[in-house]
Amino acid sequence: MIKKSAHEMSQALAGGEITSVQLTQQHLNRIASVDTDVHAFLHVDAEGALAQAASIDAARSRGEKLGPLAGIPLALKDVMTQKGIPTTAGSKMLEGWRPPYDSTVVTNLKSAGIVILGKTNMDEFAMGSSTENSAYGPTHNPWDLSRIPGGSGGGSAAALAAFEAPLAIGTDTGGSIRQPAAVTGTVGVKPTYGGVSRYGLIAFSSSLDQAGPCARTVLDTALLHEAIAGHDPRDSTSINAPVPAVVQAAKSGDVKGMKIGVVKELNGDGYQAGVRSRFEESLELLAKAGAEIVEVSCPNFEYALAAYYLIAPSECSSNLARFDAMRYGLRVGDESGASAESVMNLTRDIGFGREVKRRIILGTYALSSGYYDAYYGSAQKVRTLITQDFEKAFTHADVLVSPTCPTTAFKIGEKSNDPLAMYLNDIATIPVNMAGIGGMSLPCGLAPEDSLPVGFQIMSPAMQDQRMYLVGAALEAALLAQWGAPLLSQAPVMGGAQ
Amino acid sequence: MSSLSRDDVAHLARLARIEMTDEELVNLASEFDVILNAVARVQEVATADVAPTSHPLPLRNVFRPDVVAPSLTPEEALSGAPASEENRFKVPQILGEEA
Amino acid sequence: MSSLTYDDVVAKYEPVLGLEVHVELNTHSKMFCSCSTIFGGQPNTQTCPVCLGMPGALPTVNEKAIESTILIGLALNCSIAPFSRFARKNYFYPDMPKNFQISQFDEPICVDGFVDVEIDTDEGVKKFRIEVERVHMEEDTGKSLHVGGATGRIHGADYSLLDYNRAGIPLVEIVTKIVPGTGRYAPEVARAYVAELRDILRSLGVSDVKMEQGSLRCDANVSLRIIGSDVLGTRSETKNVNSLRSVERAVRGEMIRHAERLNNGDRVVQETRHFQEDTGLTRSGRSKEQAEDYRYFPEPDLVPVAPDALWIEQLRATLPERPSIRRKRLQEQWSVPDKEMSAMVNADVLDVVEATVLLGSDPTKARSWWLGEISRVANEKEIAIAQLPITPNDVAEIVVLVNSGELTDKLARQVVEGVIAGEGTPAQVISQRGIKVVNDDVALMKAIESACAAQPETAEKVRAGHLPAAGALIGAVMKETQGQADAARVRELLLKHLGQ
Repeated sequence: MIKKSAHEMSQALAGGEITSVQLTQQHLNRIASVDTDVHAFLHVDAEGALAQAASIDAARSRGEKLGPLAGIPLALKDVMTQKGIPTTAGSKMLEGWRPPYDSTVVTNLKSAGIVILGKTNMDEFAMGSSTENSAYGPTHNPWDLSRIPGGSGGGSAAALAAFEAPLAIGTDTGGSIRQPAAVTGTVGVKPTYGGVSRYGLIAFSSSLDQAGPCARTVLDTALLHEAIAGHDPRDSTSINAPVPAVVQAAKSGDVKGMKIGVVKELNGDGYQAGVRSRFEESLELLAKAGAEIVEVSCPNFEYALAAYYLIAPSECSSNLARFDAMRYGLRVGDESGASAESVMNLTRDIGFGREVKRRIILGTYALSSGYYDAYYGSAQKVRTLITQDFEKAFTHADVLVSPTCPTTAFKIGEKSNDPLAMYLNDIATIPVNMAGIGGMSLPCGLAPEDSLPVGFQIMSPAMQDQRMYLVGAALEAALLAQWGAPLLSQAPVMGGAQ
Repeated sequence: MSSLSRDDVAHLARLARIEMTDEELVNLASEFDVILNAVARVQEVATADVAPTSHPLPLRNVFRPDVVAPSLTPEEALSGAPASEENRFKVPQILGEEA
Repeated sequence: MSSLTYDDVVAKYEPVLGLEVHVELNTHSKMFCSCSTIFGGQPNTQTCPVCLGMPGALPTVNEKAIESTILIGLALNCSIAPFSRFARKNYFYPDMPKNFQISQFDEPICVDGFVDVEIDTDEGVKKFRIEVERVHMEEDTGKSLHVGGATGRIHGADYSLLDYNRAGIPLVEIVTKIVPGTGRYAPEVARAYVAELRDILRSLGVSDVKMEQGSLRCDANVSLRIIGSDVLGTRSETKNVNSLRSVERAVRGEMIRHAERLNNGDRVVQETRHFQEDTGLTRSGRSKEQAEDYRYFPEPDLVPVAPDALWIEQLRATLPERPSIRRKRLQEQWSVPDKEMSAMVNADVLDVVEATVLLGSDPTKARSWWLGEISRVANEKEIAIAQLPITPNDVAEIVVLVNSGELTDKLARQVVEGVIAGEGTPAQVISQRGIKVVNDDVALMKAIESACAAQPETAEKVRAGHLPAAGALIGAVMKETQGQADAARVRELLLKHLGQ
């Protein structure tokens, strides 16, 4: 059962073929057997998950009306607070912290009856593209355990690819949902900024962060999207409008007459050959399904990466100031006679990892007096230009597409000493965050040269998230017809028959 | 060409309240040479006629009514505190001016 | 060292002022979360993930606080910005949970206003216009308790205990432009400005404006320049000024201190100074020579505030009469001399006197009750007049009873005393205490006759036309009637009885 989609599991639950407790137990067993290798989870809440599953089973047997995902297990990125459950954001700074409150996403998951299995590994404070920056050790890509699962949400994506959970929550600041989805052969969506509440999401870069759904199929992703999205009065940047009809779109998959714009600047030099060929083949499939493929140009995208590495560090330098050893979390150097200031300094040195410190210092510089206009201010202007590029492109196309990442999964350790090379992973995913629009990655095959998954990115205008589900569902159906079985069944280590 | 000296980084580390060894400062300063040159590219197109974007969506006037809701209990508030006393957060001596 | 007189200072130098006033708004809930703002709660009982700065928590803006700030801006003749934003002011301090304060930077909600003040001088009343640069919103910090060490102060403390109940209380900061041209009156002008501001804020009902409790706090910036120069001198910023008198003393003290340094050829250091109530002097705090780098940037968790014209006009329509205009109007209506008027303003009884007059009392009597007996009791009990159980309605009722002759002044005082003691309405006090004017002429005549019989010599003097002697007889009658007779009526009847 664990290799099925959440939608299929849901039908099995509704049909009485299996109980939620059984389904949850199967996933807990899977975690027990594979997670020592994968290391997708930082914390597994078996007791809580089984209790929640039991209450859903009880509600079902009482004949209560349940949501479409009630009783289905889920893996939660450790950046989301869950009351009473350890929440670390992948940092030593928060080791052992148990938040006294639920994030809105968790509240929504609970009210949808979704069973939370535990918290997944991530780059510390979501800063990274490989999950190597976790203070608790890297997560391994289920396709090849020597490779990275992407980041920052590598734990959530790996949990899906290793069949440890059929659903997962990620957060995406510059690609942290989509890039891990791409390199693990799973589906991930960054909704329009403001589509899913950020309340309880431990902030990295507030104006870019967006929580979203991850799963193995487009429909499952849409079902989860609908469960977590919607207006939240606790988040002032939350959109006060109905959630786009994403489930309906995922079920339809009708792209006849749709214009699909290929972004000229997000393809070509720097993109691996196998990534490009799979991407091109996918475009042909979409054309066959009735879509019109056009080319669009977004000339300012080439500045997106630079702007991102100013805006995100600037905001993080302020967001992470609260980790000061006074009210919660780690405290180092509190000896007799020590001052609060020295304890703060020591704690922040020990508690933060190298990449986090690098970005805090970079952000402190970019915001400092005399440099603000040249750095942070200029980056915000680039943001305007990128948004204008998108607006113009969307007058020619209903959605835009590109490869999700320039390459397939690289080896653990391969880029950890070269921050700039690491940052280049996000080159195709960052523009979406800069403009606050929606983006999806879904698997479009394996690169011939390394037999690793390639991600196909679909971008839709703000608050038109249903469009990427239409296109995603169409492409998924066409690919499935071609392959005969889901891509993950080809994964050599974890995918084979159990 | 943008670059930062070891002392510049030390100043930033002080502002950011991060203790750093001399070696860390030197390493970071050299990394910043590369990173700053890469990010400084934003200045090529950030001309005066372009308005900055600080919020991705054009929302305005999002308010909450002035109504009191229950607070945490002091036990919950202090549950993560490294140290506490008499329902207050206990912190090392604060060096600085009197308020 | 202090050989310099104030006259010496102002003969040579021109003071330039800058005043920053922080006002705590009296909203029910905090600025960015729904915790209660009630003063004096048990430690950390009014905190939540937002005001504790917990990971993941997000601020939301209190609409009432925005309205109050716009009202303040309108009352101070400001323009209300069609677009304004919150910004983060980044610095580390343990009483600030997020290690940044949500404030406003280059896009405040109200700009370019003014406040007119008048001060009494030997040369007559002088008027000054204080220009207001900006009015903006921010949040307060928590409170720290320093434990150990000799004095319980921050220096020498072993550790500190933090209570975040006050963290996130809405604050409004009102900043003046530089104020030149006040000359020797700078201290009085500073005081008059803060007093006027306090009155305006009180009339708006947006704050408790209690300086002694810190709901209104003033920082006074002072610099000196040689008269005739147009170059600004180095300023000091004096904090901790929490009474009107202290504002005046702090400015005067700083003017003298600056002048002494300048005369000695020393430099004035740009720094924060702390006012000390006991000595009236300031003490050096943190040097600002190395400017703080607050790294302001637009608060990404909040969206811009863009009040439309309709909202602003709706708020403008609710503005009360400006306190200074109202004072002039009332003074004219009641024909009160300046001194009496100031006494009422200082005793904070204008509202209740006006209400009493509106209920039918004459202004003089209303004033004398509130300013006299009632203020005396309030002072004695060290509470505000508003906290006494006596209302304008009660006072108006008592005044009417006195005017109709049903109460004497002396009895009226007893009634007031009873109402203040919580014995009920004037009617209840009168009936319960058995207070009744003896106006039965037959009974009075009896008492008069017996008084005359008891003091025949005195009665004879009065009969002979020596009227001052009547006092002794009246006194005897009053004693006989236990003080309940109307003395004027007794006198009338007595004189008639003795043929006068």
